[in-house]
Amino acid sequence: MKKAFPILGILTAILLSYALYMALVGAPTEQTMGDVQRIFYYHVPSAWTAFILFFVNFGASVLYLIKRRPAADIVALVSAEVGVVFCTIVLVTGPIWARPVWGIWWTWDMRLTSTLVLWLIYVSYLFLRRFSSSGQTPALAAALAVLGALCVPFVYFSIWFFRTQHPQPVMGGGGSIDPRMLHVLLINWLAFSCFAFLVCWSRYRLEKLQRDVDQAHALESLLDPRRGVR
Amino acid sequence: MTEAAPVPVVTVSNLIKQFGRFAALRGVTAEFSGGKLYAILGDNGAGKTTLLRTLAGLNQPSSGEILILGTNKFHDICQYVGYMAHPSLLYDEMSGMENLEYFARLYGIASSTRCAQVIRSVGLDPDLDRPVGQYSQGMRQRMSLARALLNDPRILLLDEPFSNVDLHSATEMVRLLVRTRDQGKTLFIVTHQASLLEGAADEFVWMESGKIVGRTRELKRPESAR
Amino acid sequence: MSAPTGITRATLLKDLRLEWRSKDAINSMLFFSLLVVVVFSFSFDPSAEESRQIAGGLIWVAFLFAAVVALNQTWAREIRNQVLDAYRVSPAPANSLFIAKTLGNFIFVSVLEALMTPLFVVFYRLRALGPVWQLLLVAALGTWALVVNGTFFAAMSLRTRSREIMLPLLLFPISIPALLAMVQSTTAILNGEGARFWIVLLASYDLVFTTVCLLLFETVLNAE
Repeated sequence: MKKAFPILGILTAILLSYALYMALVGAPTEQTMGDVQRIFYYHVPSAWTAFILFFVNFGASVLYLIKRRPAADIVALVSAEVGVVFCTIVLVTGPIWARPVWGIWWTWDMRLTSTLVLWLIYVSYLFLRRFSSSGQTPALAAALAVLGALCVPFVYFSIWFFRTQHPQPVMGGGGSIDPRMLHVLLINWLAFSCFAFLVCWSRYRLEKLQRDVDQAHALESLLDPRRGVR
Repeated sequence: MTEAAPVPVVTVSNLIKQFGRFAALRGVTAEFSGGKLYAILGDNGAGKTTLLRTLAGLNQPSSGEILILGTNKFHDICQYVGYMAHPSLLYDEMSGMENLEYFARLYGIASSTRCAQVIRSVGLDPDLDRPVGQYSQGMRQRMSLARALLNDPRILLLDEPFSNVDLHSATEMVRLLVRTRDQGKTLFIVTHQASLLEGAADEFVWMESGKIVGRTRELKRPESAR
Repeated sequence: MSAPTGITRATLLKDLRLEWRSKDAINSMLFFSLLVVVVFSFSFDPSAEESRQIAGGLIWVAFLFAAVVALNQTWAREIRNQVLDAYRVSPAPANSLFIAKTLGNFIFVSVLEALMTPLFVVFYRLRALGPVWQLLLVAALGTWALVVNGTFFAAMSLRTRSREIMLPLLLFPISIPALLAMVQSTTAILNGEGARFWIVLLASYDLVFTTVCLLLFETVLNAE
């Protein structure tokens, strides 16, 4: 298991470099928007990766509520944290893209808006984790995660309908996409997913270590009350 | 006189309760038989309140087992347990009777007669209209005890019932608790005022640093306690 | 053992009675609601045509603020004197408490809305071009959406530091789809347009979240 990490790390680095090259150089230049469009290869895969991570968070939270396994709680925490990072990338690349192309910083486009709401929900999740005391955090956070995840379809539906009533500029091209561009998009998505997996794994190990340390401290205080932190 | 082997109503096995890095209970193992009044004594931080709250089902143990009346599922026996703590667990804006009538509903008791009877048994007047928030501490603790007795519990868990209570009210309460014990109930009383229970308690359970360090019949700290 | 509905009813009545007795709290809430309407009227000029277009949004934001203040204080009573412990040690089911609290909050917030609405109508010279019964339906569904999640998160925030800020922090993001639906449907009805999609969305939102909150409340109540 430990050996796999560096190997995966190297593979991911290679994949990311290749994906970067393809996005910035290899992919064909877009007709109307020019080179600015290349940010699309970061914007969209980040959104997909964030979505997958939040789905993992949902699964881990449900598992925790049923089985109460601490590992499930750590997975939920980790996937939420990394998911929020990728969400932030979407929310930052969006305006960077929109400004030169449409002259506006923000558009209530479907993806951008839904991502914003998702970002808010999962940031509030992280706040809950931070503000509750360690004994109850896993259960409360898992409950919030379930509610948050169930909210997602409503977010999409409501924004979709809102947009059909109030059309806005669409980012990323809702229509067909050149197969070469699709190819680059998928490569970037694969690279991002590998990277996300690595970060999650690393964070998981860190968190597990932290909890083991806490456990050891508590065990010390079990054996001798004069040691251990009160 | 032959005595039947006492049936333990509460059995605790290696009970551990951790709050983060702090272990409040560090492996408590004990058996408690029915129909006795146990006084649980110890310094602050000894784990007395944590033990009581865990018995009351308000805390989940980190590990270890609790058997109350033969089961570890608190849901099955909660109607046989009464709990009282230092906060009054009553609504300040309602009168004693109104409070008890509400809590009685939680136990499926719809009769006001029962509420009035319990209030009288603690030496208070059920017709007193004054909101509980205006009671003296002694009255408030007695009303809180009445609430704990509403469902005629087989096991009573009392956490610092005499705290800040005037001597008269306290001795009244002790008298009532002894009567309750004589009816066959089991009582666990955490207190700093051990002298109040001298002569009333069947056993003194001494706790220190999350463990039981001794059990005595008299109010005398066991040698094993540090 | 008493039927859970009996416990729910007893808890609800108890809450209403306590609310009535602490008139200070009610009065300050009512006055707060009034203030919100007036402040909005100063901030969004009611005589402007555009303001009448966004009146639907203004009303719901005002309701949201009033709801948050109300929600924060209905659980506060259970924390004083640790009364919640008395509930938890009893055989009473967690869900009865949740439903009772939610109903109580629904009634309370509806009263506040009933006070604020006439003021909005008067200040903004609102006229409903669509059927009024639909507005009432939206009001009921929307208020329920806010209150069911609000009660749940208020209970959750009892266990956290910075309790009062935690409630809106948790409530607002998840309420966004419902808020959008409330505002859009209100605006549509005021302008005589169809609001069916939004009403259906709101109703399904209410159904899903009420169910899940009921399923998860016990976990939240018993999280130490």
